[in-house]
Amino acid sequence: MERVFELTVNGERCAVTCEPDTTLLHVLRHELDLKGTRFGCGSGQCGACFVLIDGHPVSSCDTPMWAAEGKPVVTVEGLAEGAALHPLQQAILREQAAQCGYCISGILISAAALLARDPHPDERAVVAALDRNLCRCGVHQRVVRAVVRAAEAGR
Amino acid sequence: MTGRRRDLPAGVVANPRLSRWVSIAPDGTVRVRVGKVELGQGILTALAQLAADELDIDLAQIRMEPASTDEGPDEGLTAGSRSIEDSGAALRQICAEVRALLLAEAVTSWGLDPATVTVRGGVVGDASGRRIGYAELAVDLDRDADGSARPKADAGLRLAGTSVQRLDLPDKIAGRPRFIQDLMLEGQLYGRVLRPPSPAATLAEAGTAAAAELPGTVSVVRDGSFLGVVALDEEAAERAVAALRETAHWRERDTLPDEDDLPGYLRAAPADTFTVDESGLGRTDQIVQTMTAGYSRPFLAHASMAPSCGVARWHRDEVEVWSHSQGIYRLRWAISQALGLDEKNVTVRHVQGAGAYGHNGADDAAFDAVLLARSVPGRPVHVRWSRADELTWAPIGPAMAAELQAGLDAGGKVVTWSHEVWSQGHFSRPGYAGSPGLLAAAHLERPIEAPPAADPPPSAGGGTARGAIPLYTFPERRIRAHRVLSAPLRSSALRGLGSFLNVFAIESFMDELALAAGQDPLDYRLAQLADPRAQDVLLAAAELGRWGAESAGGRGIGFARYKGRGAYCAVVAEVEAVHEVRVRRLAIAVDAGRVVNPDGVRNQIEGGAVQATSWTLKERVRFDRRHVTSADWESYPILRFGEVPEVEVEILSRPGEPSVGAGEAAQGPTAAAIGNAVAAALGLRVRDLPLTTERILSALGE
Repeated sequence: MERVFELTVNGERCAVTCEPDTTLLHVLRHELDLKGTRFGCGSGQCGACFVLIDGHPVSSCDTPMWAAEGKPVVTVEGLAEGAALHPLQQAILREQAAQCGYCISGILISAAALLARDPHPDERAVVAALDRNLCRCGVHQRVVRAVVRAAEAGR
Repeated sequence: MTGRRRDLPAGVVANPRLSRWVSIAPDGTVRVRVGKVELGQGILTALAQLAADELDIDLAQIRMEPASTDEGPDEGLTAGSRSIEDSGAALRQICAEVRALLLAEAVTSWGLDPATVTVRGGVVGDASGRRIGYAELAVDLDRDADGSARPKADAGLRLAGTSVQRLDLPDKIAGRPRFIQDLMLEGQLYGRVLRPPSPAATLAEAGTAAAAELPGTVSVVRDGSFLGVVALDEEAAERAVAALRETAHWRERDTLPDEDDLPGYLRAAPADTFTVDESGLGRTDQIVQTMTAGYSRPFLAHASMAPSCGVARWHRDEVEVWSHSQGIYRLRWAISQALGLDEKNVTVRHVQGAGAYGHNGADDAAFDAVLLARSVPGRPVHVRWSRADELTWAPIGPAMAAELQAGLDAGGKVVTWSHEVWSQGHFSRPGYAGSPGLLAAAHLERPIEAPPAADPPPSAGGGTARGAIPLYTFPERRIRAHRVLSAPLRSSALRGLGSFLNVFAIESFMDELALAAGQDPLDYRLAQLADPRAQDVLLAAAELGRWGAESAGGRGIGFARYKGRGAYCAVVAEVEAVHEVRVRRLAIAVDAGRVVNPDGVRNQIEGGAVQATSWTLKERVRFDRRHVTSADWESYPILRFGEVPEVEVEILSRPGEPSVGAGEAAQGPTAAAIGNAVAAALGLRVRDLPLTTERILSALGE
């Protein structure tokens, strides 16, 4: 049965009407017009649809709305503060750490969660934090460098 | 003029009208249209650099427009690492002519001093201090290029040769809608197709009522074995297609080859056999030893991060299509052919998708949208495939097998060299073999059967035979290719086409020959190469890769010149092989002639090498005799962050040599370097890809 779900997305409270098993990804992309979170596989295997829920990177493609209800959600659009890009976004640009860029939203989310819990991770910690994100263009090394440098810049 | 026109770039000869390429907006912004499309390889940025240089404007003044069949030049496919060479040359010529016209106008109509006239930032000026912007000059560009102006000499270029940042990345890292998957047109509906459960399945019966009655369903489409739905949103479309799946009954057949004996399947199948090279006569009386070895690769998926997507809208007998196709004109032709439309009634506009790496499902998804949108005239229908459909229904890179034989003299040098290669074809893009080449066309009530995959012509680098001619100075060469005349699994272009296996085979065999001769693999190669650019990349990679130094595991080297005329690339791989093969480091040297964007080339080589590492170590499309069974990222695993090697790239500077593409150059050499490094680490040669633990154990048993 359709009903109203409330949640906080990028700091703003919102209410959407949908089925309890409607996915968070669907709500973000279609109800809230936040297209930065990408569909990749629909089964939580690739990381393209990652968002932060309570600060943890979670695949939104298989998170039903009943599980997201009331939770604070941050999408890639919520990383920047106004016009100021998140240090990770700046670092990705500086290192040109993307090719097609389809996976980069989810990677930014995983990396943001890492930096929030460990502001100065070493390379090994970055690699471990990104291991649930797939990238097919092969920019992994640049991404890891960008995350490490973003953390260094924050020192 | 005809004399001058004859040596214009081919893209200009085919599309001479200046206004098709360039227009100047009132605010001085220059809109540039090219026929090449952005696939994440950064081509639009590199071409913008060239245009800005020729026009003497800043990069920020350029708008690179997406390709479209209703405006802009037709530059064929964006494929085969040809864009910088072909489109770059054409665009430079066009922009040089536009600049010359603007300058001439400033002198003749505005009275600027021809002796001191200069341009900067799109503003023409002279010694008197007068300044006129390009827009103000209002030159009519509705005229043909005639060769009356020439592109600048390299010394006059400011942006070309520098690593400017990609123009499309700021939007992408901010999460702005940039991909076709994000497209949302006025009144848009959402479509889904229910694909058959196996490649040869046909629909026996389907009840469409249950799907049609669901809330949100707008229409259900059945045409032969093609089944699909249109709904108000994606969720409703998913529900409706799930209901259709419940009611559909299919007739299925076993048509697939034995996954565990692909070389056997390829070598037994009827084939089109052709000679690739038959040259020289070796002194067979000097041969003291003959060696033979066979190599193979499995079917490989493009495995793009985004499932394919297409959007279409009908108005009476006209259809507009949005697609991430690599060839929008071919797609237009194919759609018109499949539906009996006049080509001018079909418009195809390019919208970026995720990285493609070859012919994936883009064209097919566009045609799905066309078929579904026909049921809702006037409404755009957005179709996005599922992950499973992407991995099981998009064309895949064909399995291949090669057998190499060499006659060696007393010093171990090659006297005679023979190379035979077997493969399904590498080309089934729209228009191949005269066919639309669109997946759903074969499923319609009146099906258009899909012929087996063809190969690009030798002038485009071939397919099965791509990369099969070694650059080495072997006295006698006999190279033959067998293109299999069936396609139980639908095969088409995957990055590098046949060169991935051919180079893996040649370079693995070279290592085997070197070892048999008791020679260092690098020295062995250098002694049989005459091309100094080839020698230079090998030596540069060897130095970067610490060739000859101690290694915890093993080092291996691989080399090729892509298509025999593109970029030179040499790779030194360092691997560890304890429980499984792990590639620790790839040291790569590349010579791509004059480089327009060094970081762009570096990124393509790094990415190509990482992807080739993934193919080499892990990838294999799985199937039983009926179904493709690798349908998700667990059954089709690719290299993960924790498995990616350190990649170091050195670009050899060749400012005097023509620019050639670099996007596919690393594929074959990387596989060969890894295979050779594994052989060095284990003392065991694994000739069948991928180099999994299972394969290594089975090679041990032989």
